[in-house]
Amino acid sequence: MTTAPFGARLDDVVVHFGRSHRVLPNGTMVRDDASTALDGATLAIRPGVITGVLGRNGAGKTTMLSLLAAFTRPTSGTVLVGPEGEEEDPWENPWVTSGTQLVRESGDLMTDEKVSTSLKYYADMRPDWSAETAERLLDLFEVDVRKNPSALSRGKRSAVGATIGLATRAPLTIFDEVYLGMDAPTRYAFYDELLADYAEHPRTILLSSHLVEEVERLFEDVVVIDRGRVLLAESADQMRARGFSLTGSKDAVERIAGERRVLHRQQLGATVQVTLEGMLDDDELTAARGAGVEVGAVPVQDLFVRLTGPGRS
Amino acid sequence: MFDGPEPIYIQIAQMIRAQVLAGELKEEEQVMSTTQFATTFRINPATAQKAFAGLVEEGVLYKRRGLGMFVAPQARERLLEDHRRRYFEEVLAPALQQADILGISTDDVVAYVLGARKRTTEES
Repeated sequence: MTTAPFGARLDDVVVHFGRSHRVLPNGTMVRDDASTALDGATLAIRPGVITGVLGRNGAGKTTMLSLLAAFTRPTSGTVLVGPEGEEEDPWENPWVTSGTQLVRESGDLMTDEKVSTSLKYYADMRPDWSAETAERLLDLFEVDVRKNPSALSRGKRSAVGATIGLATRAPLTIFDEVYLGMDAPTRYAFYDELLADYAEHPRTILLSSHLVEEVERLFEDVVVIDRGRVLLAESADQMRARGFSLTGSKDAVERIAGERRVLHRQQLGATVQVTLEGMLDDDELTAARGAGVEVGAVPVQDLFVRLTGPGRS
Repeated sequence: MFDGPEPIYIQIAQMIRAQVLAGELKEEEQVMSTTQFATTFRINPATAQKAFAGLVEEGVLYKRRGLGMFVAPQARERLLEDHRRRYFEEVLAPALQQADILGISTDDVVAYVLGARKRTTEES
């Protein structure tokens, strides 16, 4: 690694898309903002950490990730990317963009050239490119690099994207739903390679995914985007500590649950399972286990659904 | 794996402690590297590192420069001592509390304990 891992900051960022202009009968021109992708997003990404970016469709994830890679410019607000203490605006900034690799669903390959030609381009462009990693991964994912991207399946194109993201070893690597079309064995192979390569070459990695259950343990930090805003940005441990589940006999469960807010409740005969907000202290935990009540973690997936699902405030 | 309510790094530490206690991990035996651990259990390497760092501080593991993590000498002895000390408070006390709730008298509990001891001796 030639450059220190990049951090990133967004401060009150607004992004409008699809501007149209309209002339009123009195001759004045007004601008309509067809859609707002980000609506005052403020966030800090820690350098050298794997951060998960979660959000529902249309929440603004891709827009946020595109801003960091300077694929999009904010309508207002500040975007800063770079090594700690040296962050700069990435827009038209070759120093920052040469250290940032955004892998999008499309794979970003030259459409009318062989995959191998695109890979040569990345090898020339990226100072930390690992040809050995690229070769090994393409072999692992069984990609025929002599083909044009259009001749590859969607999953294979995604696998090429994943390969580019890992082999680049960029100080800031962003995987935006790179798993799309990949079958389960390929996805798990990708997760394993990501973890192994990150452990050997620590850098900043952002990973957006809808398959929360599959990826939640890869994250050290989690960002949840909802309706163009940052709903939460914290460590994965902190997010998991937002809730817990109790399973056991109705009476015992209710006694231990006390006044805590119930997020979810399921009953099967005499056994009740409740998902509760907050955490148990050590004494309560001991008491619960003593009473034969099973205490479990709440998957990040459930918390995510709870926070962003229909009926959220 | 690791689906208890505690943070994952604490559950990893508990697993390694349990392995040392059970003798599955012997003293002076090398434990998995952070990378091996992260890829085996598909968890963030920083999470594994945090667990290992805690175990080093407790004296269960120690680091050999350039080689990796190893189980400390006397780690099992130390863990046994620690678990024995906490047994009454963390295991027996809640069980007795539950007995109280269920209206099981202390005499019944004592009789059961003595009976159980006797049964175990007879079986062996």
